[in-house]
Amino acid sequence: MFGKLSWSAIPLSEPIPLITSIVVLLALFGTLALITVKGWWPYLWQEWITSVDHKRIGVMYCVLGLMMLIRGFSDAILMRTQQAVAINAPGYLPPEHYDQIFSAHGTIMIFFGAMPLIIGVINFVVPLQLGVRDVAFPTFNNVSFWLTASGALLVNVSLFIGEFARTGWLPYPPLSEATYSPGVGVDYYLWAIQISGIGTLITGINFVTTILKMRCPGMTYLRMPMFTWTAFAASLLIVAVFPILTATLAMLSLDRYFGFHFFTNDRGGNAMMFMNLIWAWGHPEVYILVLPAFGIFSEIFSTFSGKPLFGYRSMVAATLFICVVSLMVWLHHFFTMGAGAAVNTAFGISTSVIAVGTGVKVFNWIFTMYGGRVRMSVPMLWSLGFIFTFVIGGMTGVLLAVPPADFLTHNSMFLVAHFHNVIVGGVIFGLFAGLIYWFPKAFGFRLHEGWGKAAFWFAFFGFWVTFAPLYVLGLEGMTRRLQHVNIPEWRPWLLISLFGVALIAISVACQITQLVVSIRDRDKLRDDTGDPWDGRSLEWATPSPAPFFNFAVLPSVEGEDAYWRIKEKAIETQRLGPEPHYEPIDMPLNSPVGFFTAFFASATGFALIWHIWWLAWAGIVGAFIGFVIFAWRDVHEYEVPAEKVAVIDRARRAARQAALARMEARREALDGGVAS
Amino acid sequence: MARRSISGCDRLIVLGLAAVSLFGCSGVLNPAGPVGRDDAIILIDALLIMLAIVIPTILLAFWMAWRYRASNTKVEYLPNWSYSGRIEAVVWSVPILTIIFISGVIWIGSNRLDPYRPLPSKTPPEEVQVVALDWKWLFLYPREGVATVNQLVVPAGAPVHFQITSASVFNVFFIPRLGSMIYAMPGMTSRLWLQADRPGVLWGQSAHFSGDGFSDMQFQVRSVAPGEFAAWAQQAKSAGPPLNEAAYARLTRQSQHVPPMSFSRFDPDLFKLIASQKVAPGPGPEPENPSHAGRVTSTGGRH
Repeated sequence: MFGKLSWSAIPLSEPIPLITSIVVLLALFGTLALITVKGWWPYLWQEWITSVDHKRIGVMYCVLGLMMLIRGFSDAILMRTQQAVAINAPGYLPPEHYDQIFSAHGTIMIFFGAMPLIIGVINFVVPLQLGVRDVAFPTFNNVSFWLTASGALLVNVSLFIGEFARTGWLPYPPLSEATYSPGVGVDYYLWAIQISGIGTLITGINFVTTILKMRCPGMTYLRMPMFTWTAFAASLLIVAVFPILTATLAMLSLDRYFGFHFFTNDRGGNAMMFMNLIWAWGHPEVYILVLPAFGIFSEIFSTFSGKPLFGYRSMVAATLFICVVSLMVWLHHFFTMGAGAAVNTAFGISTSVIAVGTGVKVFNWIFTMYGGRVRMSVPMLWSLGFIFTFVIGGMTGVLLAVPPADFLTHNSMFLVAHFHNVIVGGVIFGLFAGLIYWFPKAFGFRLHEGWGKAAFWFAFFGFWVTFAPLYVLGLEGMTRRLQHVNIPEWRPWLLISLFGVALIAISVACQITQLVVSIRDRDKLRDDTGDPWDGRSLEWATPSPAPFFNFAVLPSVEGEDAYWRIKEKAIETQRLGPEPHYEPIDMPLNSPVGFFTAFFASATGFALIWHIWWLAWAGIVGAFIGFVIFAWRDVHEYEVPAEKVAVIDRARRAARQAALARMEARREALDGGVAS
Repeated sequence: MARRSISGCDRLIVLGLAAVSLFGCSGVLNPAGPVGRDDAIILIDALLIMLAIVIPTILLAFWMAWRYRASNTKVEYLPNWSYSGRIEAVVWSVPILTIIFISGVIWIGSNRLDPYRPLPSKTPPEEVQVVALDWKWLFLYPREGVATVNQLVVPAGAPVHFQITSASVFNVFFIPRLGSMIYAMPGMTSRLWLQADRPGVLWGQSAHFSGDGFSDMQFQVRSVAPGEFAAWAQQAKSAGPPLNEAAYARLTRQSQHVPPMSFSRFDPDLFKLIASQKVAPGPGPEPENPSHAGRVTSTGGRH
């Protein structure tokens, strides 16, 4: 009846997972009880859970991503503490537990932390920047989110029921085959990634279509904001490589469930095939993460310098260059598998060539500041911190791309320091910059500056104190994923690194405080104009928070930096354009299909992990019935009457007019200072 | 490799490496053999080439942000300036030139330091066959007919030709101070040439996670004078049990923190049989094995 599942799957004898489980479950039930008592369920259901509004979905993605970042960070704390105490000693985490922690840390950070945050920001921003009302497939978008959440749920369930993979964030066979990993850990990994991977693929399809087919009038490709360009490149990469991931993991599943021999140790299986396939997905994956982060930085450098992005076309070219070349570098993950000099040379060079694209981008950001009026707001601090950190991370990346240097540093702590250098310094810094930048657009008020600055400085120094020692340890020969360390000389470096983690923890606390303080002081931090940073792209043309239909009338674009031009014209002529003619708007109806699909997908995933076959079938049939009901619906849109649109938009125009008057008054006081 | 004349620049690097070793660095920047030295020289060459561009870039970024800060109204504000063909040309050529330079290093380095490339030497090379097991290393000396576990003995000053495979999962054979690492892969044989300059004691490890006992997959490396090596082989030959089928099968079972041991003889075809998987690979976790009670078995759950 319950397959492999029995009471022994619950870690009653292991205090660390048991206590964590109890705390998490209490927090979960506490939240659910609070929602029930306060009667928030109808609001949550109608406005969020079933919402097909890209902005709401974007916010939900970000909330999921931030929660998972905290989960992943707590794993990091456990790992750094373990290595600092387990020097010629067993430490407090036995190998079978420690191995799960580093596997979960990587899996969660990449798939359920960074990816949802990136996709969340893309969701929120891209339709606004394109000047349109929604994505191409709004309901699909909701399905994507819930499938991602379903994968995150499965990974976290593994904490209480059974175990997680002990094979690293990429389950290299034959270690991940049934012979060497007979437990359910790898199965949790496989099904969590498969379910969320489908969600990610749908997102990719959705945004490729949106960007290709749904731009507002006049928004030609070479007028699209840089962030949209990078979102486009990332979506193309998702469509290109996520099917590889799905197929590769499906082959591993066939090995594990049906005794196939794709990657096994015997009967003609070849694990090398897995390495090639997984990295054919895995390397483009890091560009799926980092390209949108580059886009965020482009927006921020331009906005906070009060200037257009330097070399916009060059930036577009560099983005597409990276997008294409990222598909041709995967072998650098295993130079040390003895591929031979010619192959290693080819992939070493193709890898370093990516640095040309990134180098151009870095110089263009720097020259964007040239002749500008650079405002050191929190997003700008993250961006400058990024340049410093990422340039060094890129440099160590090119070092690892030089095969003889890789022969000394492959899989070492040097490598660990390198990829945190680019993923934390690039992706995470970019996301924090972006979240602060677009927060007012989502919620109508800015985040507190002081706490934001504190969070940045602690994160920046915390990052370097944590990871600089790992570079040293890598050169000392320390390899990664060690549950305990046999060389006492490494202790000081491991302790310094642990101290860095404490600094990062303070930064996390600052971020949480920032959010709490900002919510408390939201009236003081209110963004009345909808354009808190003197922005340049179309999202700033909407009020904050943006109305559900984004634009009462679709804007008409006449060049790059679309909103900047509209604003300049208004400032010049001292008035807004004439009031447009408001027409009724058709908006997509909310749909619970995403939530139900994910519910059934979670049930199927859980059932497959534990070999509960009847439940697996029930889940598949349930999801299919949900799909059929959805596909046969008759009404999928509703009309927003013109009067309602007009009321909302007139409020926006009034706020803009007031802002214009304030600006004029200030300008007269300064005697023509700023906008000369 | 290693036969090229050492240029002035590289001599500086060698001096630098010596300085690092004075600070007690036990790692890859304190090489004890020609392969490690050449690897490290390439690493530092590439680092210096890139630092030459990375440091100015970082300084330029900070200078730009400082000079054009909003409060500095003395500098001109150019709100529409966003293109300059000359700057664009520089912006593309600087990274391109750097990467062309690095590509040269990659090209030459990959060919010279190809792990499969024999080390030129007047001394005849020593042969060692390496098998990664769960979780220990087996070293077979086909010429001497002796085998060791978790202890590698090599003659100083002579090139050593390693043939490497795995009888369980993927591992990496790595002696940090001797240089290049390479994967040990089931069903496949990889090769590696290393050499230790002087007698001494080094350490080696697996540099690829291979399961719960991975952290102790370390081995001692004793580089000994050639005469001493012969004596050691002789002594190992006369003492210790033979590595027969039963002994090998015992070795393939999972065990952690295995002390060094030696065997007096083995089937000369053993390595070939392991690499071609004619001898069964390690069984993986065994539920009835009491030393792995914590390991999850086919019930799938925790115990």
